Amino acid sequence: MPSDSTGSPKFNNWYRRNEIAITPWLFLIPAVLFFATYVIVPIGQSFWISFHMWDGLGEKTFIGMGNYERLLGLGDQKMDRKFETSFWNNLKWLVLYLLAIPLGLFIALFLNQTVAGIRLYKSLFFFPFVISQVVVGLVFSWFYLPNDGLFDVLMSWFGIDIRGGVLGNPKTATYGIIAAGLWPQTAYCMILYLTGLNSVDPEQVEAGRLDGAKGFRMLWYVILPQLRPATFIAFVVTIIGALRSFDFIAVMTNGGPFGSTRVLSFFMFEESLSEFGFRMGYGAAIAVVLFFIMLGFIAYFLFQMWHDEKESR
Amino acid sequence: MFPTPIQNRPLANQVSYQVLLPIALILWLLPLLAVMIFSIKPDVDFAKGNYWGLPSSFELFNNYGRVFFASDMPQYLLNSLFITVPTVIGAVALSSMTGFALGVYKFRGNLLIFFMFIAGNFVPFQILMVPVRDLTVNLNLYDTKLGLILFHIAFQTGFCTLFMRNFIRALPYSLIEAARVEGVAEWKIFLYIVLPLMKPAIAALSVLIFTFIWNDYFWAIVLTQGPDTQPVTAGITAFNSQYRAAYHMMSAGSIVAAIPPVFMFFLMQKHFIAGLTLGSVK
Repeated sequence: MPSDSTGSPKFNNWYRRNEIAITPWLFLIPAVLFFATYVIVPIGQSFWISFHMWDGLGEKTFIGMGNYERLLGLGDQKMDRKFETSFWNNLKWLVLYLLAIPLGLFIALFLNQTVAGIRLYKSLFFFPFVISQVVVGLVFSWFYLPNDGLFDVLMSWFGIDIRGGVLGNPKTATYGIIAAGLWPQTAYCMILYLTGLNSVDPEQVEAGRLDGAKGFRMLWYVILPQLRPATFIAFVVTIIGALRSFDFIAVMTNGGPFGSTRVLSFFMFEESLSEFGFRMGYGAAIAVVLFFIMLGFIAYFLFQMWHDEKESR
Repeated sequence: MFPTPIQNRPLANQVSYQVLLPIALILWLLPLLAVMIFSIKPDVDFAKGNYWGLPSSFELFNNYGRVFFASDMPQYLLNSLFITVPTVIGAVALSSMTGFALGVYKFRGNLLIFFMFIAGNFVPFQILMVPVRDLTVNLNLYDTKLGLILFHIAFQTGFCTLFMRNFIRALPYSLIEAARVEGVAEWKIFLYIVLPLMKPAIAALSVLIFTFIWNDYFWAIVLTQGPDTQPVTAGITAFNSQYRAAYHMMSAGSIVAAIPPVFMFFLMQKHFIAGLTLGSVK
């Protein structure tokens, strides 16, 4: 057999004997290095930077827990008002964004038929997910325009007048943005459920029908248990989407009015690259807090996946 | 099948379903339809407050012509293309290798590395922002397409590895064993046996990553600035300040920015959905 590499015969022999043990590492090295440099190591660096005061250019000044004390109001300080708003808005996002799951299931059930043209309907219902969040945000901000926007026009038919428009009013702005976010997210959950429904075991459905299960009972006891994998993924992507929400807020309100729509991810960006000088240390501290909020979910997701992985071995 | 096929229902139900379908679709896409109508309206309609009525004249060619010939939009679109395509190639290449390594070989740390890739994927971007921006500045890659591409490749490799590895594990292992018995070198097994079987996975990942990267906004504004490098998602904000309150132009610009991933989606719908719903069926 002709030699594949130009190394010495001794090396070739050694490689030949250990080929199966070495090959996976050779295949892994480039990606692992890349991933470590850009993802794993930066996580650690963010922790380190969060203990400093840093404008991103000059020297870092170590201030220990200073950033966290200011952020969370530890000791004799008051909690950063902006942090408080952001945190509560994050919670609103988390809870309301989960509505995408039942909504997606509802649309999937509505569309899970075989009539002429249904494929096109399914793709068009899924359509909002393919468009960038920036464009969706813009589209909704025009939809919400005070007085002239379609939403305000529709609301005025019911005699409802939101002062300053949906996005101009601190009481409604966050909900308006979440509704915009729900649009593509619902489409995503819908497609997950449509695929799931496709593989529901028809025999079990028939057996359920013979036992007299219908409508909601059938859905709850026969269908939903079979859709568990789809629900799990819908849950994962929705939670992550909710905590990552940045584009919509940046495009639709830029945190306003009066900072009422900030969330942690936006607040962090704003502080780090602030117009009044970069506050990288403070930004990193916010990111670390967001990371810990997410860690609970991440751990749960990983545990589930690990569990499935062990079972399939 | 659940719910009960509409064909097994009374005729009245069938008719109302057929009527309800288009109505539901129009309601669902209402915000988008509104923007499409905006984008073919003339300037004067907005000045007169005719936001939602019929366009007083048909300005499709005029408005879109201005987007393409009197703005930075074509440059932004090109930037997006030059950022997206190398990222897709890089991420797919790296992850088909990691997928092969993690899906075929049993070795200590296999699951650990696999879970490192998955975990990195779930992390909030913000915790990477300051160090990655710093790294990019230090490499002299701030405000270059390459800087953005390198980060995207690295980050997307996480998700792509999850995908590729699960795909490869589902392939018949006997093929690989047979080749080994024949004495085929491991890298040749990858190149000539596994890679050809991975075509569906590569197609699915390519469209998915194309869409994700094309639609990225956060990293675009963190790592680039200005029309020479910024992709279209970031460019659209500059475009909008150029045409402040000119809703017909902003709408036309947004639609142009959104078209490439939409086009990709309709072109490769089957692969796209297969990629997106990976793992949602057992």
